[in-house]
Amino acid sequence: METVTITMKNPPALYLEADNVSPDAFAGKTAAQIAELHVHEGNVTSTLGKYFDVSGNAGATAVDTKIIVKGDVKKVKYLGFKMSAGELVVEGSTDLYAGAWMTGGKMLVKGNAEGFAATAMKGGELVIEGNAGNYLGAAYRGDWRGMSGGKILVKGNAGSDIGMYMLGGEIIVNGNVDVHVCTHAEGGKVIIKGNAKSKVGGQMVDGTIYVFGSIDTMMPGFKPAGEIELEVDGVKAKFAHYIGDMGERHKKKKGQIVYANLYKKI
Amino acid sequence: MTKTVTDVICPFCGTLCDDLEVVVSDDGKQLLEVYNACVIGTEKFLHSQSKDRVTRPRMHQPDGTWKEISYDEAAEYTAQMLAKAKKPLMFGWSSTNCEAQSVGNEIAEITRACCDNTAATCHGTSLIAIQDIGLPSCTLGEIKNRADRVIFWGCNPAHAHPRHMSRYSIFPRGFFTGKGQMSRKLIVVDPRVTDTAKMADVHLQVEQGKDYELFDALRVAFKGEWLPDFVAGIPKEKIREVADMMKSGRFGIIFFGMGVTQSLGKNHNIDAAIAVTKDLNEYTKFSIMPMRGHYNVTGSGEVFGWQFGFPYAVDLTRGFARYNPGDTSTIDLLVRGEVDAMFTIGSDPGAHFPISAVKQFAHIPSVCIDPHLTPTSGVSKLHVPVAFNGVECGGNCYRMDNVPIDCRKVVEPPEGMLTDEQFLIKVRDRVKQLKGAA
Amino acid sequence: MSEYIIKNGNVFDPVQGIKGDKADVAIKDGKIVDKVGSGAKVIDAKGKTVMAGAVEIHAHIAGPKINMGRIYRPEDKLFTCTPTKGLERMGGGASIPTTFKTGYEYAKMGYTTAMEAAMPPLFSRHVHEEIRDTPIIDEGAYPVFGNNWFVMEYLKNKEIENTAAYIAWLIRVTKGFAVKVVNPGGTEAWAWGLNCLSVNDPVPYFDITPAEIITGLIEANEYLGLPHSLHIHPNNLGNPGCYETTLDTLKLAEGYKAKNKFGREQVMHLTHTQFHSYGGTNWGDFESKAKEVMDYVNKNKNITIDTGNVTLDETTTMTADGPFEHHLSGLNHLKWANIDVELETGSGVVPYIYSPNISVCAIQWAIGLEIALLAKDPMRCYITTDHPNAGPFTRYPRVIKWLMSAKAREAQVNAFKHKDKVLSQTSIGTLDREISLYELAQMTRAGPAKSLGLASMCGGLKPGMDADVAVYNFNPDKPVANPDDIEKAFSRCAHVFKSGVEVVTNGEIVSNGHKRTLWVNVKVKDNPQVMRDINEKFLKYYSMTQANYEALGHHFVPNPYTLEVDAT
Repeated sequence: METVTITMKNPPALYLEADNVSPDAFAGKTAAQIAELHVHEGNVTSTLGKYFDVSGNAGATAVDTKIIVKGDVKKVKYLGFKMSAGELVVEGSTDLYAGAWMTGGKMLVKGNAEGFAATAMKGGELVIEGNAGNYLGAAYRGDWRGMSGGKILVKGNAGSDIGMYMLGGEIIVNGNVDVHVCTHAEGGKVIIKGNAKSKVGGQMVDGTIYVFGSIDTMMPGFKPAGEIELEVDGVKAKFAHYIGDMGERHKKKKGQIVYANLYKKI
Repeated sequence: MTKTVTDVICPFCGTLCDDLEVVVSDDGKQLLEVYNACVIGTEKFLHSQSKDRVTRPRMHQPDGTWKEISYDEAAEYTAQMLAKAKKPLMFGWSSTNCEAQSVGNEIAEITRACCDNTAATCHGTSLIAIQDIGLPSCTLGEIKNRADRVIFWGCNPAHAHPRHMSRYSIFPRGFFTGKGQMSRKLIVVDPRVTDTAKMADVHLQVEQGKDYELFDALRVAFKGEWLPDFVAGIPKEKIREVADMMKSGRFGIIFFGMGVTQSLGKNHNIDAAIAVTKDLNEYTKFSIMPMRGHYNVTGSGEVFGWQFGFPYAVDLTRGFARYNPGDTSTIDLLVRGEVDAMFTIGSDPGAHFPISAVKQFAHIPSVCIDPHLTPTSGVSKLHVPVAFNGVECGGNCYRMDNVPIDCRKVVEPPEGMLTDEQFLIKVRDRVKQLKGAA
Repeated sequence: MSEYIIKNGNVFDPVQGIKGDKADVAIKDGKIVDKVGSGAKVIDAKGKTVMAGAVEIHAHIAGPKINMGRIYRPEDKLFTCTPTKGLERMGGGASIPTTFKTGYEYAKMGYTTAMEAAMPPLFSRHVHEEIRDTPIIDEGAYPVFGNNWFVMEYLKNKEIENTAAYIAWLIRVTKGFAVKVVNPGGTEAWAWGLNCLSVNDPVPYFDITPAEIITGLIEANEYLGLPHSLHIHPNNLGNPGCYETTLDTLKLAEGYKAKNKFGREQVMHLTHTQFHSYGGTNWGDFESKAKEVMDYVNKNKNITIDTGNVTLDETTTMTADGPFEHHLSGLNHLKWANIDVELETGSGVVPYIYSPNISVCAIQWAIGLEIALLAKDPMRCYITTDHPNAGPFTRYPRVIKWLMSAKAREAQVNAFKHKDKVLSQTSIGTLDREISLYELAQMTRAGPAKSLGLASMCGGLKPGMDADVAVYNFNPDKPVANPDDIEKAFSRCAHVFKSGVEVVTNGEIVSNGHKRTLWVNVKVKDNPQVMRDINEKFLKYYSMTQANYEALGHHFVPNPYTLEVDAT
């Protein structure tokens, strides 16, 4: 695997859209060619090299390309946009759309990632060591096809609206989450190790949520369904089981209605 | 001698009453009386006649005073500002006509601006919900003619849309509703005991921020499933009673306002309200409608819609249209410090935005186009007063139910004043030169 | 205005009976002429196909439900919006393009006239604003009448003259083009959550049947002598077994003859026939009844149809058939928009994915093609996708490929997951007909123009007609190596002229032309009773005043073209 390191040298006055910073876009290019890739600051299009020092050549394909992003990229959007393979490490914090629409590969953000990280993710792995913003692993506006595969791990807290319209894959948040978890979800698994606020699983059709901490207000559409011993992400514990959202439509499997499941650690 | 102009459209709120009568002087220069309008609408017409009205563009000077300039100079400043900016924001559009909006969109396209309307602070969340789940709706005449179940959720038309109830929703006797108010059940959902709530057959005093839960509980109640004893402070028996009342009507309507679009839950509240409406169509006929505020905020969404494909929060900076509220929406753009020029027309963000957003105005060049003196015009570098839309010039507008009505010109604007559209055409033509556009 | 001569192309013009002969087409002052001077600009069309500009008879391209589709489907535009380019404004939207993109896309494919298929009268200002912002192509709009309270009240008492006077008033104040009917009576029933699924289902309260609405409107239409006939979307659309309702509807036209000065011969145009040609009793035994429907259509010369071809895309369905859209959202659980319109009509919008892996979608695809391939008179059967319902209009080149190449159809059938079911439930596997270029010109130009009453104006290349001309990079003298070449050739024209102005060169927009709005101005005898009725309904039941309803100023229709009809 070849490693390309890009280091912020001239931070943008506004915000930078760097949707070409992905193993896919870098693959097969030399450092000089990578520096010529387009970036956008508002309505001005210029090159990656204007803002970043680029060192190292990329591998022949995305699979054997690793990118390390150094320096202050708090105002850089779209890192890892649509990446399908390879690796991307952001050493600090980054702005909106980290790993959005990614289909494969591994992305690591060592700081925080703002909203819309892993929008409509289909595969791969995104790890955020700090906090995630709103709409983590959610669908794009208007689309009923949300995150369908892959895995997201947030070591800090996450914002609101995580896993909206989720269809598959897994989201783990070690800390707390804000309101709205898995709204309209029809599949997938979300594990919240900290606390949730309210509106957890609203309008959920199918899928599973685990909450280790507290939930301030339960959705009335989630009906108590007993207690159960489970092992979740390596933790064995007793959980209160709820099914829902009873107000929402549900599919039938072998004559049985399939509800979404919410497990709250007791 | 005086003249009476009939069928005048009121350029105040989204109710867009079109039955006003306005008495004007024989020379058509003075507006004397307004009939049929509500207090707010009347005031809006009469305000155009105030003697201290600013009639020429003004530049803010370093010492805080204003210097009068010509419209050409104002257009030059505006064009230069927009053409030089990397990410200009063109905000407002809700109190102007569709013709002006259309010219504004051309400018935004040439300068690759972000453009947004006042949905940003009222029903943008409704639009997000509509994108997620749809919108079973109808025109206001349908409610007048058919509705026997009327729900006001998080809105107070008695104050915000004063003639709504008499024209469309509660009092009128329509084709199938010959008994007027007697043929309708009124349900109001509001944490406060508003004047609208006082008229209701049932007032659900929902706990603040728990509308989403209450909508969900109604959906559960429609299906006759298990409910906790209390939801959002309302006992489950009451919820079941209201659910039955909704199901037993022949034609129902949910009107909702900012009490539910901008409180905790935001777009999800509306999403759930629409889900309630959809569910009810399994049992009877039900519709839902946002109580849009500005008289032509709906029109702005329509024009953005057919020209760019999105109803608000449109980002053209990359040369093509993009949309994602949270990223491309005005308050986020301002608070995050994403834009470097601020153009406001037909709205007053200075009065309605969070202070952290308004503070950004101070750091960037700004232009405000507005017939009134407002907090926004006060903090902008350039204020361009214009003719009053719907009073001093006509133009198309869209009512809260998306029905288009062409506004009427009632009186002449003060000598030499331009309309929004005329001023924007000057700016567009100059911007075209500056950008070398086709 | 410039003069042009398009030289040495292979010309296909049913109006003059030219079947691919090498000929020149001369253009002067916006019209086709016999000859031009030596200074005329020469367009070399050697080895290319030359036809009149195509005429779209039925598409949903302007108005409230289309814009609802745009507004509520940001995902329809994700990553596909196009930038400003030369004369072209920004564009966006795969299934519901923005107005600018709509005009450019039609023009680039050689379409120069298009009809908006359903205008809710109360929203006419909106429809015209969008038409105004759709560049290049001439457009008209059909106001809907099939669920209109005035119409139902007059026709309950068989008052044809009053119905006609009302139609004349409404078409005039809305700047409309023709009488459109969508699910007659059913959409009014939908205002109470009900529907009319056959031509004999009574309309709640109004005490009239769809059959009475249909025959009454045919009579009123012919009483007025409008350019186009009644344009109908029958009851029971899209349901298994609906072909019987379709045949019942078509039979209502029996005995009626067209009366008009525009050369139109039909009294009924059946639209998106594919959606109305279903057999079976459920989605499991769903089958094609294209043959039954086409047998009837082929025998009855007072009927024209369009196909409504399914293109196998993700799209956005939208129709004034409100109850159908509600039904559809119950099937696919996707977002449902509904707009009921006081006293007049309703509509709904639901996204839909025609997946080649779903047998019903594949059968629908086959039915649309069967209809065109079974049509004996291409002058009475027109190609549409009922844009965007069966697919976006931008897929016409692909539909043309399927119609012109049995090989292309076979390849698609083989690609279906449920190939056997498609072959057993339809006759698509047995049809080897390939539509010729001449027939294509009939089905997309001369035919629809005639049906619309525009035969003297467009759809042909006869001197005196508007100079709407499309030149395709398609050499009819050479065998087609790959069916995809057909699709490619019809996607982007080498040249397009609209009213004598070159608007497209090598697939690029070179002029925004002088777009016109086509509308029909019908004069009728003064009818005080109808005017009194209108006045009363506005006072009592409409939410807008009559004066504001009637106000449709010049700024909405800046470049009108009026077809005058005198029915006094």
